[in-house]
Amino acid sequence: MVKENLVKDVVKEPYKYGFVTDIETEKIEKGLNEDIIRLISQKKEEPKFLLDFRLKAFKKWQKMDEPDWAGLGYGQIDYQDIIYYSAPKQKEKISSLDEVDPKLLETFDKLGIPLTEQKKLTNVAVDAVFDSVSIATTFREELAEHGVIFCSISEAVKNHSDLIERYLGTVVPASDNYFAALNSAVFSDGSFVYIPKGVTCPMDLSSYFRINSGDSGQFERTLIIAEESSSVSYLEGCTAPMFDTNTLHAAVVELIALDDASIKYSTVQNWYAGDEEGVGGIFNFVTKRGKCLGKRSKISWSQVETGSAITWKYPSCLLLGEESVGEFYSVALTNNLQKADTGTKMIHIGPKTKSTIVSKGISAGNSINSYRGLVKMGTKAKGSRNYSQCDSMLIGDQAAANTFPYIKSQQPNSEIEHEASTCRISEDQLFYLQSRGIEFEEAISMMVSGFCRDVFNQLPMEFAAEADKLLALKLEGSVG
Amino acid sequence: MQSQMKESYPILEVENLFASTNNLPILKGVSLTVYPGEIHAIMGRNGCGKSTLSKIIAGHPSYNITNGNIKFSGENINSLEPEERSQSGIFLGFQYPIEIPGVSNLEFLRVSTNARRKFLKKEELDTFDFEELVKEKLELVKMDQAFLSRSVNQGFSGGEKKRNEILQMALLEPKIAILDETDSGLDIDALRIVASGIKKISNTQTGIILITHYQRLLDEIEPNYVHVMADGKIIKTGGSALALELEKKGYEWTDNFVKET
Repeated sequence: MVKENLVKDVVKEPYKYGFVTDIETEKIEKGLNEDIIRLISQKKEEPKFLLDFRLKAFKKWQKMDEPDWAGLGYGQIDYQDIIYYSAPKQKEKISSLDEVDPKLLETFDKLGIPLTEQKKLTNVAVDAVFDSVSIATTFREELAEHGVIFCSISEAVKNHSDLIERYLGTVVPASDNYFAALNSAVFSDGSFVYIPKGVTCPMDLSSYFRINSGDSGQFERTLIIAEESSSVSYLEGCTAPMFDTNTLHAAVVELIALDDASIKYSTVQNWYAGDEEGVGGIFNFVTKRGKCLGKRSKISWSQVETGSAITWKYPSCLLLGEESVGEFYSVALTNNLQKADTGTKMIHIGPKTKSTIVSKGISAGNSINSYRGLVKMGTKAKGSRNYSQCDSMLIGDQAAANTFPYIKSQQPNSEIEHEASTCRISEDQLFYLQSRGIEFEEAISMMVSGFCRDVFNQLPMEFAAEADKLLALKLEGSVG
Repeated sequence: MQSQMKESYPILEVENLFASTNNLPILKGVSLTVYPGEIHAIMGRNGCGKSTLSKIIAGHPSYNITNGNIKFSGENINSLEPEERSQSGIFLGFQYPIEIPGVSNLEFLRVSTNARRKFLKKEELDTFDFEELVKEKLELVKMDQAFLSRSVNQGFSGGEKKRNEILQMALLEPKIAILDETDSGLDIDALRIVASGIKKISNTQTGIILITHYQRLLDEIEPNYVHVMADGKIIKTGGSALALELEKKGYEWTDNFVKET
């Protein structure tokens, strides 16, 4: 009662990544047609196979209808009103970081991702993407010594076109869905990772995506290939300035793990979520999928989704290789008028495959937070197992939480286990903690991080601490 | 002995307190003064307002004070937040301790203890120092260290929950402890453990209010005063003999007092 006002006062924690970098950019005209696609491809000096890939995807996209089955209820997106290529103006060829526009370096500095030799993070290699292009990638030489390739996907197209041609679109085909088709037609930049046979990547790899311009969409594309017996941990972070218009972010991420390889992919998504009235914010419509191609291969997704006006994504695993393992650990937090429809698909194709799903949804304010997931056991998935746990936490009495688990089994000798729960932070719990001297805000964040612990334990160390803080920040004042 | 105590200042003064929840009056003029070293027992039927009184003193947001004051160490605390009351030394032992899934008991106890220590301008304890302290206090309530790694009260038996409350009291070293039916749901052995814990923690500087239905807790901890509550008021106050009389005659006996007042 008294609390409600207090709560609303504190909720106005500003989004601290909301600044815009004032930088001269090279933008192409708005709109989407074959010429635009040719122009993008030409700007990136792409080989013919890639232009063909794009044009084919575009043709498919034109024949597709925008999906609405998730019932997310956003207004019509005018695809002709979007700029599909926007890049900060800089020298054609940059040979070292010293040649990067200081304004860009400063931007990433402000975001806590210093890139320069003196200041760069010591234990993580970073690929920094600004609007449509990759600005810089740190530790490239060090990684190259181990045979690890970590660069922007545009560079990979030029320098490792054989790998791109072989793998691009093999996990998420252009025809997969509307937004994947759009991405395949117009993708601008993103990261490329290749871990050779037997190599354990000596450090975590990270991409940081920054949307700066208000009227351009971001369509990044990430491809990670882990050869036999290799392993890599990859982190992804994202932020955007505050605009009162919605910006479309439609990314595609493809992971490929061969025999005994392991890929761990972690995301902390903090795109601008719009204001309290739901004005502005990013539409985060993303297709992420990994293919456990080899025997005993493993792909693990962990995500902390706190930003975006609408989040619509299902990082998935195709478990082909015998005894391959898929994991999905997710915390999705929505506040104010945010909507999230997220979950995973675990497609068990090979025998003795295993998957684990742990999803924690927290809804506060007037938000809607849904878990939607599919577990499928194919005819050959003998002896395969899945365990799913989907928990929802409601904060306040205006928020909604849904769980939509889809289960399809064509193999009697397989096990699927699903547990779900919903809880609400109760006034009694808050009073109990407060009556032990614990401040209101801290009491909430203690309960929320307790609720998310299973997932946070899966995140790389630095990320876990950051995620914890991020949730606390996002939730300030959300209890009424 | 009592006159000696009265030379000090009261810890808690409840002055003609009226309170309601959802516009329903619950307390209808409660007055109560507790001096350091005193033990008060409040008895009465279910629904007479005993638990409400304890929650209001601790600052529960569901109740509105419509008249009267609560003073702690001479200061009016009517508008203080529950956490501020706790930090300054008011402790409420819950009748039904709340379960908090996912939050480790150890971390909860540490954050809570440090909040109190910060208020007292004492150094906050890191995990290692705190573990030393908590192990010492576990002895008082004969609790196993395994309790520390579990979630707060989750899956605890009734007796374990109550012991966990007394453990918190031991860590927070309050100036006044209000123990709401700490004896309910305890078997004889657990009752003794809890009672001896309370006695070891309390000292000449601490005030204690025991809210109870039964004599058996008062056999273990002898109160200086016994108050009988009915219909939101204290209708009779006496020494420890009053509790014995009440035990013998039952609450029906007190119904007559209500009619008189």
